[in-house]
Amino acid sequence: MQVPAPFEYQRVHSVGEAIALLDRLGDTARLVAGGHSLIPMMKLRLANFEYLIDINELHHQLGYIRVESGLIRIGAMTRHRELLESDELAAAFPIFRDAERVIADPVVRNRGTLGGSLCQADPSEDLSAVCTTLGASCVIQGLDGERVVSMEDFHRGPYETAVGDAEMLTEVRFPVRPGGSSAYEKVERRAGDWAVVSAGAAVWLDGGSIADARVGLAAVGPNTAGIPGIADIMRGRAPGEELYARAGQIAAEACSPVTDRRGSAEYKRHLARELTVRVLRRAVARAGRQEA
Amino acid sequence: MTTTVPADGHRTAFVDNDQKPCGHGRMLRKEDPRFVRGKGRYVDDLQLPGMLHLAILRSPLAHARLLSVDTSLAEAHPKVRLVVTGAMLAEKGLAWMPTLSGDVQAVLATDKVRFQGQEVAFVVAEDRYAARDALELIDVEYEPLDPVIDVRTALAPDAPVIRDDLEGKQDNHCFDWETGDAAETDAVFARADVVVKEDIVYPRVHPAPMETCGAVADYDAVDGKLTLWSTTQAPHAHRTLYAIVAGLPEHKIRVVSPDIGGGFGNKVPIYPGYVCAIVGSLLTGKPVKWMEDRSENLITTGFARDYIMRGEIAATREGKILAVRTHVLADHGAFNGTAAPVKYPAGFFGVFTGSYDIEAAYCKMTAAYTNKAPGGVAYACSFRITEAVYLIERIVDCLAYELGVDPVELRMKNLIRPEQFPYRTKTGWVYDSGNYAPTMELATQLAGYAELRAEQAEKRVRGELMGIGVSFFTEAVGAGPRKDMDILGLGMADGCELRVHPTGKAVVRLSVQSQGQGHETTFAQIVAEELGIPPQDIEVVHGDTDQTPFGLGTYGSRSTPVSGAAAALVARKVRDKARLIASSMLEVSVADLEWEKGSFRVAGDPKASVTIQDIAMRAHGAGDLPDGVEGGLEAQICYNPENLTYPHGAYICVVDIDPGTAKVTVRRFVAVDDCGTRINPMIIEGQVHGGLTDGVGMALMEMIAFDEDGNCLSGSLMDYLIPTSLEVPDWETGFTVTPSPHHPIGAKGVGESATVGSPPAIVNAVVDALKPFGVRHADMPLTPSRVWEAMQGRPTPPI
Amino acid sequence: MQVTMNVNGEEVSREIEGRLLLVHFLRDHLRLTGTHWGCDTSNCGTCVVWLDGEPVKSCTVLAAMAGGHEVRTVEGMEQDGELDAVQKGFVECHGLQCGFCTPGMMMTARALLDRNPDPSEQEIREAISGQICRCTGYATIVRSIRWAAAEEAGTRTTATEASTS
Repeated sequence: MQVPAPFEYQRVHSVGEAIALLDRLGDTARLVAGGHSLIPMMKLRLANFEYLIDINELHHQLGYIRVESGLIRIGAMTRHRELLESDELAAAFPIFRDAERVIADPVVRNRGTLGGSLCQADPSEDLSAVCTTLGASCVIQGLDGERVVSMEDFHRGPYETAVGDAEMLTEVRFPVRPGGSSAYEKVERRAGDWAVVSAGAAVWLDGGSIADARVGLAAVGPNTAGIPGIADIMRGRAPGEELYARAGQIAAEACSPVTDRRGSAEYKRHLARELTVRVLRRAVARAGRQEA
Repeated sequence: MTTTVPADGHRTAFVDNDQKPCGHGRMLRKEDPRFVRGKGRYVDDLQLPGMLHLAILRSPLAHARLLSVDTSLAEAHPKVRLVVTGAMLAEKGLAWMPTLSGDVQAVLATDKVRFQGQEVAFVVAEDRYAARDALELIDVEYEPLDPVIDVRTALAPDAPVIRDDLEGKQDNHCFDWETGDAAETDAVFARADVVVKEDIVYPRVHPAPMETCGAVADYDAVDGKLTLWSTTQAPHAHRTLYAIVAGLPEHKIRVVSPDIGGGFGNKVPIYPGYVCAIVGSLLTGKPVKWMEDRSENLITTGFARDYIMRGEIAATREGKILAVRTHVLADHGAFNGTAAPVKYPAGFFGVFTGSYDIEAAYCKMTAAYTNKAPGGVAYACSFRITEAVYLIERIVDCLAYELGVDPVELRMKNLIRPEQFPYRTKTGWVYDSGNYAPTMELATQLAGYAELRAEQAEKRVRGELMGIGVSFFTEAVGAGPRKDMDILGLGMADGCELRVHPTGKAVVRLSVQSQGQGHETTFAQIVAEELGIPPQDIEVVHGDTDQTPFGLGTYGSRSTPVSGAAAALVARKVRDKARLIASSMLEVSVADLEWEKGSFRVAGDPKASVTIQDIAMRAHGAGDLPDGVEGGLEAQICYNPENLTYPHGAYICVVDIDPGTAKVTVRRFVAVDDCGTRINPMIIEGQVHGGLTDGVGMALMEMIAFDEDGNCLSGSLMDYLIPTSLEVPDWETGFTVTPSPHHPIGAKGVGESATVGSPPAIVNAVVDALKPFGVRHADMPLTPSRVWEAMQGRPTPPI
Repeated sequence: MQVTMNVNGEEVSREIEGRLLLVHFLRDHLRLTGTHWGCDTSNCGTCVVWLDGEPVKSCTVLAAMAGGHEVRTVEGMEQDGELDAVQKGFVECHGLQCGFCTPGMMMTARALLDRNPDPSEQEIREAISGQICRCTGYATIVRSIRWAAAEEAGTRTTATEASTS
């Protein structure tokens, strides 16, 4: 079995300790949470660090889902399984349960975390697409306190985020607006595989029309991408198949898939359209049920 | 007490196993108590005192000249004990080794590297982590050469020559092979009403057993004996090859194949890693362990298939199949590492005429070298029957498509009839027995075939995509008769030894090796059936060349057909001797004795009897034995099969395709198998289930792919997809029984039947679902993207 | 570095490298070889053990990370000479062939039944979907787990138990 190159293991018990250590060790150090993206890459020796800082003990502090008025705050160390099983989260954002059911596999979900997934910044990563869809913002803690960045600013490129050397992602915040619901759908070649294409949608209804809509796609470009053009055409209109089809068309045109072992670019573009239609349809149906 | 479950329902029931059959019947496995406790003993579980760890440096390039290998930094690593290069092996005459096809393969590269992942050097270190680290300290200089990746252009006159190690080699031609009568076949095609032609690719796939390959070599310099624990399906054949390669006498080599975590043909070939471990132990005087990682397993070890086939079928307008013709281009990788009987370089592909009574057949094959990993026969392929069955079952469906007839009906019209057995095919194979129509009928009945077609018709109106796929296969397993079959000159007969201890307990020693097939149970049952000794009282010894008689090992579904026959016959030999002893114990003539499982009794005097246990004690006890009878109760045999056995089966698969995403779901799968006499129905069912899952893998997702530079794109289980529990349905199985006339208990092999039979059923189902799009053929793997491309009218081959 | 953890109820302490994977700690250092490994990318699941009561892939957990925590392996399933119902189920229903994936499958099955004593076929299939079996085709594994569920619920009949899902 492949094994990581040597490194020094450090365990921390607080965010402050983690940041101080990161500050001291610079880019020779890396935080490890669930480790299910990082450790395989270290085993394949695609990633090598001199220090690995284990933040799993911070689960007590950063493993939470807090529902507040107009806001849901999720700690960065919240594990996939906790996201999957939270009824409160599912009630506010059913997209989470949709997505978590198809992220990796149940055993990996026992270990992997929200923060780890976002910081890995894989363009095919599902939780990033969920956060993009929901217009989340990321709380980044540094030596001088915290700063909050939008998902658009968080993802700098494939495998690259706004988190600096002496910083860590501690929390992700999701605005809650009335009349909303959401949905997620993924096409994968096999259970547990990375997405061929995934799409998430969040919609907010106001009476019979759409107050706002967001769509996020994974695996069809360098980043998980939100598609603002979709909101522009949907706002103020009554939901319906024709509108979803137009949104799908926009999604297909906005994405930039490449042909690889998961599928041809043409197929992925088709999926961007198809899945956008499906998730909008489902999100609207859910929002409608809520309104009723 | 139920021992077998009849094929009378969609679900195969299971029963509590409180019954203990003294012979054939459902019986829980004797090996399971250790496995469920985590007490299996696999190669990597072995820890010997002072053991060192070996890691192999592999080529990142598919084709390159080796300019230099600098090992100095690695040698300076504090935990490294040994670094070996090809040049060092060459000095000892060990740089090259024979393959099972009579080709040679580099143990460590000396001149060139010929595929990505080829072995270049190895390190032996104090622990496995240090061995890995030291690989990064070896500096290799390569001069890249143009790689030959597409087998279609491998034989072009200007193609770079891969095998310039072979004297005078000017091209990448590996071998040509043909079978059948070309002229006769052409004549039948010329007069046929209908001819259908299709290009069919069976892509390169990999068996990927959950346990990778590995070995622990332990050379004892004092008594000159080498012990090699290795993941091998053929310990005796390997030992003989090591004796030839290493020049060690055979009695000084002990090959042990302990518990094996799945084989599927992946563990038949000899890999350079095994030889490296041996060399490592010889040079360090310590036990040396080598366990490949998953990438090494997928990138470098025995692949399967990689056949580009043109299939042609000729028929009458009424649907009588007249002839089959095929041309095959086979990619054998950089070295011909195929494990196949010498006379059959294309394995048993010659059974491509399938289960049909036809007038003529012809096959021509060309095999070529490419800059890819060697191998060729693996993944439960029954020596290339997988490819043959896929070809015929796909092309028969293409014919049904063109004729507009139902695929079951077309098959029923053409199946070989029971009175035609033994049936000599147009390529010279003699099918031993078969009764095909009832098997097909049972499958259609279990599936509810007519109802499924009605449901499909309704769904098509609504635009839903549902497909029903059928396949009917005949396998040729149990290699083989020594007059026809050998591997590197080693005949394919199997030894077996049986010893009954004084108290009537027994030990049976086999040459075949289980990789999960349950030999410790099945072979105890075979002996129990013949001798009446309870299976619990029979120990099965296998996988150790010091403890077992010679034989060629487990692959090609040969354990039951060959060694199973040997076990039955050796038990009968013991019984014959027991009869002599019984006659003296009961003071009657041998002719007056009747055998009732477990005891001899005097005809007409039910009270006068002796049990096999009584006889065993007598055979070892005090007092005289009859004249000419030696003490002890044991026998040995070397069984040479008269013919192969020919199991068959009928499979029906139901798929649904999401019209929007093109994703295929296997909704149902009905498998009716006929493997002759059934020894342990539970184990048979398990073998079938596993093979069906392989079929789903190959049909829908598995493929070893390369880019144009020869980089393997499927080098991890992230990229080489294997079905999980969510891609497969709850299997529906049934069976018919047509015993083999020449096997002592009528059994045929079953280990590979489902792997052979299921891919065409699944592909046929997908293609059937795509009928509204005018699709007649689409190649595996039928991933969502590839299915969608077919729906757009542009199905493409995967390579 | 020194690592101390509780494995199958016993406190163990060893000097290790920080990079040592939990699977190798269990297999090579503690010689608990019932936990296997089959890939490099956390896809195969033959290495599943429990960490603080949850199944994890021990090839993707550092031994150091398990320091101060509780680990349970297949060797800890049998209690006082009595096989766990899951172990019995795998034997009874032919839930294994080569036995290589079996320990990981059983650890996941045990965790599933602890949370959901009466899982449906689909729930079982989802629970084990991160673990590959190359031999059985999964159906008998599903039956094995259902057998164990019935055994523990006391609803298993002694005659014939069809896989009635």
